[in-house]
Amino acid sequence: MSGSSLDSELQLVADRIVAQAKKGEQIEAYVSRGQETEVRVYEGNVEHFVSAQSQGINVRVISNGRTGTSYAGTLDESALAEVLAEARENAELGSVDEWAGLAEPDGVAVVEQELWNEKLESYPTARKIELTKELERLTLGIDPRVRIDSADYSDASIESAFATTKGIRVSGRENGCYTSVSTLADDNGETQTGWGFAVGKYPDEFDLSKAARDGVERATRLLGAVKPATKRTTVVLDPFVTASFLSIIGSTLNGEAVSKGRSIFANRLGEAVASPVFTLIDDPTDSRAYSATDIDGEGLAARRNVLMQDGVLQMFIHSSYSARRAQTVSTGNAIRGSGTPGVGCLALQVGLGTKSQQELIADIDDGVLIQSVQGIHSGVNAISGDFSTGASGLMIRNGATAEPVREFTIASTLQRMLLDIVAVGADIDWLPMSSVGVSLVINDITMSGV
Amino acid sequence: MTITDLSHEIDASILAKALIAGRATGADFAEIYIEDKRSTSAGLDDGKVEQVTSGRDRGAGIRVIAGDTTGFAHTADLSESGLLAAATAAAAAASQGGGGVNTVAFAPMTRQSVNSVRIVPSSVAKSRKVELLMQANDAARSIDGAIVQVSAGYADSMKRILVANSDGVFATDEQVRTIFRISAVANGDSGMQTGYESLGHTMGFEMFDDNDVAELAIRAARQAIVKLRARPAPSGAVPVVIKCGSGGVLFHEACGHGLEADLVAKGASVYKDRRGELVASPLVTLVDDGTMTAEWGAIGIDDEGHVSKRNVLIENGVLTEYMWDYIRARNENRPQTGNGRRQSYSHLPMVRMTNTFVLNGTQDPEDIIKNTPSGVYVAKLGGGSVDTASGDFVFGMTEAYLIENGEITEPLREGNLIGNGPQVLQDIDLLGNDFAMGGPGTCGKDGQGVPVGDGQPTLRVKSLTIGGTAA
Repeated sequence: MSGSSLDSELQLVADRIVAQAKKGEQIEAYVSRGQETEVRVYEGNVEHFVSAQSQGINVRVISNGRTGTSYAGTLDESALAEVLAEARENAELGSVDEWAGLAEPDGVAVVEQELWNEKLESYPTARKIELTKELERLTLGIDPRVRIDSADYSDASIESAFATTKGIRVSGRENGCYTSVSTLADDNGETQTGWGFAVGKYPDEFDLSKAARDGVERATRLLGAVKPATKRTTVVLDPFVTASFLSIIGSTLNGEAVSKGRSIFANRLGEAVASPVFTLIDDPTDSRAYSATDIDGEGLAARRNVLMQDGVLQMFIHSSYSARRAQTVSTGNAIRGSGTPGVGCLALQVGLGTKSQQELIADIDDGVLIQSVQGIHSGVNAISGDFSTGASGLMIRNGATAEPVREFTIASTLQRMLLDIVAVGADIDWLPMSSVGVSLVINDITMSGV
Repeated sequence: MTITDLSHEIDASILAKALIAGRATGADFAEIYIEDKRSTSAGLDDGKVEQVTSGRDRGAGIRVIAGDTTGFAHTADLSESGLLAAATAAAAAASQGGGGVNTVAFAPMTRQSVNSVRIVPSSVAKSRKVELLMQANDAARSIDGAIVQVSAGYADSMKRILVANSDGVFATDEQVRTIFRISAVANGDSGMQTGYESLGHTMGFEMFDDNDVAELAIRAARQAIVKLRARPAPSGAVPVVIKCGSGGVLFHEACGHGLEADLVAKGASVYKDRRGELVASPLVTLVDDGTMTAEWGAIGIDDEGHVSKRNVLIENGVLTEYMWDYIRARNENRPQTGNGRRQSYSHLPMVRMTNTFVLNGTQDPEDIIKNTPSGVYVAKLGGGSVDTASGDFVFGMTEAYLIENGEITEPLREGNLIGNGPQVLQDIDLLGNDFAMGGPGTCGKDGQGVPVGDGQPTLRVKSLTIGGTAA
């Protein structure tokens, strides 16, 4: 959202719902309308072209300490009336919660950002198809062992409005785009996969050549990979893998999880929970981040929060609900779902080191570069801290990458991994995700293979 | 309360007009998929019913195919003008030129009822649903003071669909699903541990007549308590015994996805060109069956309007058939198999599994454990994922034990197991006679989630790599 409160059609819909609040009733309405384009190219042809429009409304009602929510994927008049009635009915069924309530305006100023790009909005459809075909062509032109699974282009725009009985009233619009390629490399009856992507405020900013090179390199360098021996070792996480790791760490700093006894870092504020080289920041106001935004899921200003400074735990993130429970204030980290907003990091980044990935590898006698991980959802438990994922990558010997390896796991615990970080790279990569990518070196990981 | 099918609310002549508009630019095929879904969910956490939510999704997806290009548009506007606008957009997306006259004649409506709903969830007071959450919370907390946190969720949905296409297909289905989930956190000297159980069926509120949520809650709580004394899982390759009804996800990942015709057609599957070959231990017969009444992946018709089927994919170790949707079957000039599915009206259909399972073997499950001198016993699996091109796949173990001298001993901490599909299928050396279906699953592919079921008898894989930290 951009912070302006223009009286858009959507804003009027949200206002109208909120205006129906009865005495003692709190109401929040979030109304949105979106449009997306998706192009998939395969062997020089458009495999599919999707042009989609969506709209919806979410209503939250809090009455006598009880919360009810409702949503509909349409803005029909009949649906609007039904959504409010349903949310009210649902509120009668919830438990009384002394902390239930909407966010109070906190006076924190919105950091103005360019979240809407007119050049993307007016970008010709034919060019979107052309650049996707170009990405496929570029990728195929690098190495004869490489085939394409698909080349994709995707853009989305969303216009939304938000209103509450607490007087928060904000509307705006955002758009974004990216392109990606999935590759297959064949050799001696073996097939390995890779991917590459490019992001930009609008398509002309895409670095298609880099996306093509990445897609080719990731697939081809795994050809001939073997299953490594089991041992303790040092890993270098590729930027893309680090981004997933940061997202998990971010989830352990959720203030609601802390209050409910589900965080491994509860009661650790002010303590060194990570290596001194590690500084973790959630900064949705940095417009370089793909998920940069100006407003959180409750209509408060999104803000820069330093979560860990030189390894020392500085704070937990909060929505207004979790903040009330913890007797503190919202950090602007409410995130929207289909019901009551949850708590989450918006755009994680880290304090950068000084070395490139190659320089980091040069410092390692014996280790492994992790190109990709598999099964983060099935092998990482943020409550117990257990970390175990499938992996593939390249062995590191005497300061250089060596033979490719696959079909092994890497394991430790989240607590130990944070303390075992020995270096953060300088190779920042703004990925189409809510965490930044950068190389990360971690000691004492169990690599399980043969 | 009865459920009326969508054909009573949508005028067939408008559908025909929309399909004609979809082919107006000369496309070969047009299809309209209409969905009306109502859902209710309620969540409990920290002893409180935090939220009760209702949702309504209603709209149409229109797909137009011209040559190798698919155009797709969707709309929440089900009026004649809304549908025609979406059809025109899809036609424009599929083709730049052409044009011509076309007509549509619908065949008699196709219906296949695999859904035996007795109690439509919307006819049950929401307060009854909320009560279940409280019961589960109380039960989980009652078993041990070490249980420090409990969350529980109830959800039901009623999805009515209608599919019509320019080949004359005209079909409807009503899919009612009910699910209950519970997770517990236990705290001990070695930190926190979690337990999780879920129960989900393609049926109505009658699911709770035969299933006690308190029992489910106690199972989840016990899992967390047992894990408080868990030791780090081993590392390296070990024999693994997987309990019946917990490990269907192994087959879902090890070969299920690789047998989807879209991945096969693109040469992104290790099972390409292997029909008729021995791809698994002769003990293995693998079936995908959308007709299994009440199972989580059951569907009367698929999301392209074709009746669901029981398809044998691997028979006594030999690969017999892939799973097909409309497009891939059309390209190969063969029948589809009822596996064209989509998440919602705003998504394109593709090849998906339904209920995927391995049939019974002959071994007594107790003997399988006794005959394993050392290894790991997995009593509950988490999710998994696969790279179909290389065949490498992982799946998580959320409840596992060491096997020492043919006996189940110490509990293990969580982790992933990793293997290569074709190798693991060959390495299944013991198969039990205690077949059971597992819990409800959501299968993700290309950004879309659909409900799926899985099942298998107790079995042993003679070597799998386990992702623990112990030597």
